[in-house]
Amino acid sequence: MRMVVKGNGAVAHAVRLSRAQVVSAYPITPQTSIIEEIATMVAKGQLDARFIKVESEHSALAGCISASSAGARAFTATSAQGLALMHELIHWAAGARLPIVLANVNRAMAPGWSIWTDQNDSLSQRDTGWMQIYCESSQEVVDSVIQAFKVSERVLLPTMVVLDAFFLSHTFEDVEMPEQEVVDSFLPPLELPHKMDLAHPAALGNLVFPDRYMEFRRKMDLAHDLALGVWDEVGREWGQLTGRTYRIVEEYRMDGAELVLVTAATAGSTARPVVDQLREAGVPVGLVRLRVFRPFPASILRSLLGGRAKVLVLDRNCSFGHHGIFHQEVKSALYDLPQAEQPRVCGVIAGLGGRDITPDDLEEMLTGVWKDRITDPVTWWDVLSAQDPAKAALAMS
Amino acid sequence: MSAPEVTYKPGDFKTDLKPVWCPGCGDFGVLNALYRAMASLSLEPWNTVILSGIGCSSRLPGYVATYGFNSVHGRALALATGVKVARPDLTVIAVGGDGDGMAIGGNHLMHSCRRNLDVTYILMDNEIYGLTKGQTAPTTPTGDKTKSSYWGNPEPAVDPVELAISTGATFVARGFSGDLKNLTAMIQRGIEHRGFSFINVMSPCVTWRGDSQYQLLKAKLQELPEDYDPTNRASAVKYTRETDVLTTGVLYEAGGPTIGDRVEHIRMMAQEGGKVPTTREILERFMPSM
Repeated sequence: MRMVVKGNGAVAHAVRLSRAQVVSAYPITPQTSIIEEIATMVAKGQLDARFIKVESEHSALAGCISASSAGARAFTATSAQGLALMHELIHWAAGARLPIVLANVNRAMAPGWSIWTDQNDSLSQRDTGWMQIYCESSQEVVDSVIQAFKVSERVLLPTMVVLDAFFLSHTFEDVEMPEQEVVDSFLPPLELPHKMDLAHPAALGNLVFPDRYMEFRRKMDLAHDLALGVWDEVGREWGQLTGRTYRIVEEYRMDGAELVLVTAATAGSTARPVVDQLREAGVPVGLVRLRVFRPFPASILRSLLGGRAKVLVLDRNCSFGHHGIFHQEVKSALYDLPQAEQPRVCGVIAGLGGRDITPDDLEEMLTGVWKDRITDPVTWWDVLSAQDPAKAALAMS
Repeated sequence: MSAPEVTYKPGDFKTDLKPVWCPGCGDFGVLNALYRAMASLSLEPWNTVILSGIGCSSRLPGYVATYGFNSVHGRALALATGVKVARPDLTVIAVGGDGDGMAIGGNHLMHSCRRNLDVTYILMDNEIYGLTKGQTAPTTPTGDKTKSSYWGNPEPAVDPVELAISTGATFVARGFSGDLKNLTAMIQRGIEHRGFSFINVMSPCVTWRGDSQYQLLKAKLQELPEDYDPTNRASAVKYTRETDVLTTGVLYEAGGPTIGDRVEHIRMMAQEGGKVPTTREILERFMPSM
C-alpha cells in the first residue's frame, strides 16, 4: 500500500507491522512523534502492544530490557540527550544479548542546546555492542526497522536504527508500506532462547568473575562477525519479498570511479545527483553510502575502495581530537590494503548541529579533492575560523 | 551585612529576550512574581544564580537579568547543589516544570529536601508535558486524556507538596500563577528562608490543558485559615492530595542546619586535625601489646 509518511511515521508503521509487544518510551524532540504515533496505534487497537510512557529515557530502555528478558519483542525511540541518558543500559541491552530495536533520531548534543541533526549522539554509542544502521529515506526506514528485528533476533544483539532529525524524521515521503502478511512471513514471533522461563529458573545480572567475563565479550564480538552476513542475507530476502533489496553498503556509479565519496544517511541522497553532474563534466566520481555501520563492513569497503585514487569521507560528526568517526573507520579499514592499492583519504566534517549540506557544498568538496585544492587530512567545512581573516571580516560586516 | 545601597524595580530584572511561552501561559505570572520578589529583596544580579532543567518553564533563566544556567533535563537541583556548595554566599534559585522536576529529575527533589539545601526551588506545575506537546506528566490527574493517553491517564498522580513535606523540606508553599500578590510574597519568603524552600506554583497550560484548567484551578482556590500554624508538619500534610479545593499559602516552615552548614562543620573539623585517629592509634586500641 502506498502511503505518504514522515521518517518518524515510517518508524511507527514498521514497529506496528513488526508486531512489537512492549513499547516503553519517553518524549524528546525530534523523536516524539514516533512514540505518539505508536501510542495512537495502540489506543486504536491497530497494534496489540503494551505501551508505557515512563519517567525518563533511562527507565524507557530499562523497561525494554526487562520486557525483552521476559521474551517480548520490545521497541523504544529516542534522540541525543535521551540516548546519552540511556548509556548505562545501552551497554546492558547488548551485554545481556537482547534483540531490542531502538530508533534514534540523530540530534546534536548540548551544550549549546540544539534540536537539529548530527551523528555524535549515536556514534558515541559505537562501542557498546549495538548494531547500527543509518537510513536515507522513509522507505529505507520502514524496511530497515523490520529487518532490524529479524537480524537482532537471529544474532541476539540489539539494533539502533538511525535517521536524521528533520531532514528525514519530519519530511513527508512516498512509501510503499508492506502488507502485514508479507511482514508476518518474513518475521516470525520472537522465541528468545534465554527468556525468563518458570521451567528453567535462572537469575539475571550476576557477578561474573575474571575467569568467565572475557568469554561473554568474545561471544558478543563473534555475534557481530556473524551479523554482517545476516544483514546481507536478510536484505536479499526482503528484496525477494518486496522487490527492494538492501545491501550493507550502497554503491552508486562506482564503475571506473577514481574519486569516491563515502558518507551515510540523508547526505547520500543529496550526493547522488551531484555525482551524476560531475560525471557529465568528466570527473570520474562514485558514491559509497554506509548503511550498516556496526558491525563494520571493513572488507566490503576494502574491495570497493582499493585501487581508487582518492576517497573523500564526509562526516556529520567529529571524534574531537582525531577526525570524523566514519573517516577514522574507513582509513583504518584501508590500512590492510597493499600500499599500491591504498587511495589517498581526505575527511570533511560538515553539517553539525543541523547545518545544511547542499549539493553545491558537495560539488565544491569533490572538485576540491579532485583538483588537489583540498589536501588536508581533515577539513571543517564552511566554518568561520580565526585563521581566515577574510571570512572573519565578512562575518563582522 | 549593611542594608543594600542600591534599590531595584521589578523591570530592572528583565532581559531583552521575549519569552517564547504561549500567550496566556501561567509562567508569565510566575516570572512577574519573581521580578517583584527579587526587587523587594534588592537581590544583586551578580550575586544571584537561576538554574533550570528542560521544559517550557525552564526557559525562565534567560528572562531574568542574573546569572542563568539552562542545564540538562531534570537536573536543576543537582546543579544548584554544586553552585551553592562552591559559593554559599550566592542566592541560588532553581526553577522548572512538573515534568522536569517530578519525572526525569524526581529523585533530586527528595535529596535536596532531606539535605536541606539552601536553595529556593520554584516548580511551575501545569500537570502536563508542554514542551514535547502534551503527554501525561506524573502530576496529570488520573483519567485525563492526553496525547499519550487516549483512553485516559492510567496512573495515579503525585502531589509535589506532599513529597516535599515528607522528605524534609524546611519551607513548603503552594501558589497560583494568577494570584500575583500572594505569589510574590511567597517567593520572597522562600528566598529569605534559610534552608530548602519548595514553592509549587499551579501554572496553567492554555495550549495543552485548554482554558478549563485555569477556570478549574481558580474555582478551587482557597487560602489558609488566619490562625494557621506553619510549624506543625502534621497539619501541613492535611492540605496535600486535595481534590475539591486548592489551598495556597506557606504550608510548612521549620528551622535546622543546611547541608552547607554540615559540610562546613566537617571541613573545619578536618582542618583542625587530630580528631581522626591514626592507624597506629586504632591498632593500639585493639592490640595494645603492639
